Amino acid sequence: MIETARTSATILLVLLGLFFTLVSTVGVLRLPDIYSRVHTASEADTLGAGFTLGGVALALGWSTTTLKTVLLLFFIFVTNPTAAHAISRAAHEDGIQPWTTDDDSTDRELYESARKQRGQERGPVTNPSAGSTRPAGNGDGPDPSADGGTRPAGNGGEPDPAGDGASRRAGDGDSGPADTGAGEER
Amino acid sequence: MIPGVSGSLVTQVFLLVATLLMLSAVAMFYRAITGPTTQDRVLAVNVLGTNTVIVLALLAEALGEPSLLDIALVYALLNFLMAVAISKFTVERGGVL
Repeated sequence: MIETARTSATILLVLLGLFFTLVSTVGVLRLPDIYSRVHTASEADTLGAGFTLGGVALALGWSTTTLKTVLLLFFIFVTNPTAAHAISRAAHEDGIQPWTTDDDSTDRELYESARKQRGQERGPVTNPSAGSTRPAGNGDGPDPSADGGTRPAGNGGEPDPAGDGASRRAGDGDSGPADTGAGEER
Repeated sequence: MIPGVSGSLVTQVFLLVATLLMLSAVAMFYRAITGPTTQDRVLAVNVLGTNTVIVLALLAEALGEPSLLDIALVYALLNFLMAVAISKFTVERGGVL
């Protein structure tokens, strides 16, 4: 009796996990832009992994391998949304605009416009060392802030952007308060 | 239930679910190849890695090899590290990938 209940609960959990993982797959393949795909992947896929690993832990019973399965479950619950957040933040800092319903452009056109905008901001830079370290700084997002507006105009002076790039690289090396401060400012 | 596969009902269901999850992982290659942005590709590989972890956990129970769970733990760790590292790296270098 109790064994039948455990078997049926295991199969139910694993099939629920399969359902949510397939929903996540369809979402990543079909949704219009990167932000909605990240949203699907962070939520539906985490839920599917949680259900499936819960089913595996229930099937294993009381043993040390169950402890490993539960550890894996908690680890995926913590790291999967964190990774999705890092990916979407990287897309935002690359200047990719979100897709909206009154917008006819596809994701590829949004990507091309972001690349074009990045190329224009990097275009007048002649110093290769300054060009490789994001010369526009935080201004390559959707809003042309005063930071991004003044930086390419000041590229005529050679030592100024070079020094700024060096300091920015040094500030990013320790992932310190300079990065988070810029994020809050935006 | 499944012809040619021995074992209990739970084992057979686990093997069937693992097969379907592998099909879903193969479908994720479409996004990894044609996704326009770098972040699309990273996201596809991340979801594919999560699918692989689930398949490893299912096979650990279905095949009776608990050492596959250790591999799944290491795989989940490397998967998370890959996503975060590539996200930070490509932004700093202007999206080279």
